[in-house]
Amino acid sequence: MQKIGVFVCHCGTNIAGTVDVKAVAEALGKEPGVVFSAEYPYMCSEAGQNLIKNAIKEYGLTGIVVCSCSPRMHEATFRKTAAAAGLNSYMVEIANIREQCSWIHKDIKVATEKAIVLGRTAIAKVALNAPLTASESPVVKRALVIGGGIAGIQTALDIADAGYEVDLVEKEPTIGGKMAQIDKTFPTLDCAACILTPKMVDCAQNEKIHIYAYSEVEKVKGFVGNFTVSIKKKARFVDETKCTGCGVCTEKCPQKKTPNLFNLGLDTRSAIYIPFAQAIPKVATIDADYCNMLKNGKCGVCSKVCAAGAIDYKQQDQIIEQQYGAIVVATGFNPIKLDGYDEFAYNESPDVVTSLELERLMNAAGPNGGTLLRPSDKTHPHTIVFVQCVGSRDTTDCGKPYCSKICCMYTAKHAMLIRDKYPDTEVYVFYIDVRTPGKNFDEFYRRAVEEYGVHYIKGMVGKVMPQPDGKLLVRGADLLMNEQILINADMVVLAAAIEPDKSARPLATMLTASMDTNDFFTEAHPKLRPVESPTAGIFLSGVCQGPKDIPETVAQASACAAKVIGLLAKDKLLSNPCVAHSDENLCNGCSSCEKVCPYGAITYVDKEFRMPDRTTKIRRVASVNAAVCQGCGACTVACPSGAMDLSGFSNKQIMAEVDAICR
Amino acid sequence: MTFSYYPGCTLKTKAKELDGYARRSAQALGITLAELPEWQCCGGVYTTAKDEIATKLSSVRALEAAKKEGNALVTLCSACHNVIKQTKYALDTDDDMNFKVSNYMGIDAREACDTNVVHYLEMLRDVVGFDELKKKVVNPLTGRKIAAYYGCLLLRPGKTMQFDNPENPKIIEDFIRAIGATPVIYPMRNECCGAYVTLEDGEQAKKNSSAVWESAAGFGADCIITACPLCRYNLIKAESEIPVIYFTELLAEALGVK
Repeated sequence: MQKIGVFVCHCGTNIAGTVDVKAVAEALGKEPGVVFSAEYPYMCSEAGQNLIKNAIKEYGLTGIVVCSCSPRMHEATFRKTAAAAGLNSYMVEIANIREQCSWIHKDIKVATEKAIVLGRTAIAKVALNAPLTASESPVVKRALVIGGGIAGIQTALDIADAGYEVDLVEKEPTIGGKMAQIDKTFPTLDCAACILTPKMVDCAQNEKIHIYAYSEVEKVKGFVGNFTVSIKKKARFVDETKCTGCGVCTEKCPQKKTPNLFNLGLDTRSAIYIPFAQAIPKVATIDADYCNMLKNGKCGVCSKVCAAGAIDYKQQDQIIEQQYGAIVVATGFNPIKLDGYDEFAYNESPDVVTSLELERLMNAAGPNGGTLLRPSDKTHPHTIVFVQCVGSRDTTDCGKPYCSKICCMYTAKHAMLIRDKYPDTEVYVFYIDVRTPGKNFDEFYRRAVEEYGVHYIKGMVGKVMPQPDGKLLVRGADLLMNEQILINADMVVLAAAIEPDKSARPLATMLTASMDTNDFFTEAHPKLRPVESPTAGIFLSGVCQGPKDIPETVAQASACAAKVIGLLAKDKLLSNPCVAHSDENLCNGCSSCEKVCPYGAITYVDKEFRMPDRTTKIRRVASVNAAVCQGCGACTVACPSGAMDLSGFSNKQIMAEVDAICR
Repeated sequence: MTFSYYPGCTLKTKAKELDGYARRSAQALGITLAELPEWQCCGGVYTTAKDEIATKLSSVRALEAAKKEGNALVTLCSACHNVIKQTKYALDTDDDMNFKVSNYMGIDAREACDTNVVHYLEMLRDVVGFDELKKKVVNPLTGRKIAAYYGCLLLRPGKTMQFDNPENPKIIEDFIRAIGATPVIYPMRNECCGAYVTLEDGEQAKKNSSAVWESAAGFGADCIITACPLCRYNLIKAESEIPVIYFTELLAEALGVK
């Protein structure tokens, strides 16, 4: 028989205001097994905790029930209190008589009755509690960062700074991501490359960081502290260790008609290429879809001109397997495809561009060397119309229901830069709302309107009509004037919504990390655990978790690194002992539990069983990996034979709680 | 192959050529268009009203008759097609409408009207096939630059009509290619001509229609083709400087049955 102590908290008037705490303590004192019952104004205070500790020692308590706030608030506190007094910390139960009782009732009588029921439920449960001990598993002191944009770069640098090894995997031939394609950054208008490339160089020079560019994650096994990951290094057809990045091959390559993806296809490049001057690693890559040598064996110019002998047409994809303690997802975003928005004539006219394309058109390393010219006829545009929210805050099938968050600011930036550089150009911005929360953001937007004379029009563009003379007739609604307006423009710039990179969904499946309906990774808690996935050991950095601008991305990337460092600093991980386990004698190997497990913690093993007639039989039974299990209990409900049970929340305990409520 | 055919009032009066060329071309393509006996006016634009059933009943009867004959129902006039298709959609998706119509007509309307409504152009695309049509052309209209004018009734509401992408349609352009001519893409091809507003405010309709033919002519079209008698009326009234004709006329010409 347990010796149970009950501690009823007043929480000032939070509980005592609507619950007669004395009556509760008195009633619960009479429950079977209860040898001590008391109430106190603030049980979480030091004096309150001492009351608990003293009672445990004095009465030799084997289990305690604290009737107080939600276990989310103070369960950890009282577990530590119990442990300090020599009681196993899993012999503590919390009856939530605040959030679930005093705060939602007005009538003292009703609330007091309910508090007593909640208290005796916890008593019934603690009577069946068994001491649990957390198991330990070792931590591999190495992190994997997936995605080499500014988020992944910052996270990798911070982890490496703390002295841990980091592998940075990037699917493109160079790290840098979207920020490398951007011209200037808001709200300070400093050049993106000037602030990004030093960080890229830092990554390359840091001994702790290993860059796997042009590589993708293929397979992930294991659990927090001990992941095994297969990384596919795609064939570049260039030996990275030999290539000096001199660029002679890119000049001599005769196949110059390859779309330049770094410039979003606005110009062409050679089939062997280095994406941009500051690429890291600065190594050439052959585009197999366009290289004549790889396609039909007729060329070989690059191999002849390469002084380092780095060209290797026979290079194969390579698989690297590595162990990690933590994995960071930093897979970033892309602007959405505009196929569903034919009203803006994006596919009809080359002078209708996306905002990211405009970044390249204005960039000194872009197709026009930094002079803004119309793609169609390379003339200077005198009237430019910007359309915001193209696909954002759009609940139709082709759009995204969320706000992409960055478009208002970068559109203000574009408008301002154009007015600054080309004062003879009129700039119109169609907006639904202008959203500028952020340090110095609204001031920035107001400068665009007040100092630079950008015409902001509240309303949406209905149609962009290419004209025979090459102009673009823009028809829109001015909602403040309540009239339809027509603008004869030279260029139209569409602020396309952003969406998670397409690689994120299959990666989430590999990592058993959850995503929302928009394919953004879900955080463990929307406010209090924003950089961790609910799956232990998986961390989130940058836009893969939700739309963010650069300052926010960098802040989150560093926060993510701090969480990773916190994990890697531990030699061993204490796991939550409240995990599922299967009674192999009852398990019939049906796979129901495996299918519902959101964490991939359940596998099946063939095991030998001794039968009543002394023969042996091989049966397939469930096996729970305690290090991966998060104790959600989904399997215990799904199991048709009752073989699955959860330590600390056993089926028997839950039935006892139900009985106590119904008594 | 046999289809039930719903010509509509205008095709018997002002737009006889739209109907005539369509029938002759169908024959040349081996398709039988069986005109529904005793069809009534589709109900005009009044069927778009959601709160009453009376104006929908003639469309319901057309659908019911086609179902009885066991055929899909082919339409030609854009307005008739829009009205009949919207009526069918209302029966399929609006339980209240279906209930009222069923009670009034003494039938299970959703079941009794369960027939496909196919526009003549859709028939060319999906039944004949533009590749097949191309093979049957005896008089290809090579070198002719033709602007397709969709108007709004064929395309919208997009979800109901399921005709083509309302913002960037291509079915008539594909048709133009099939008969050997060159389609002219211009931005006003899916804009409204002004429709019945011409009765109330002729200037507005003229403004709309002028913008359409001016855009087509500006992009170098020799002529404009349409499936809608009202569009043609408005464009001609707006003094289009290039001919506005029915698509069936060019079809008949290409098939050598004009």
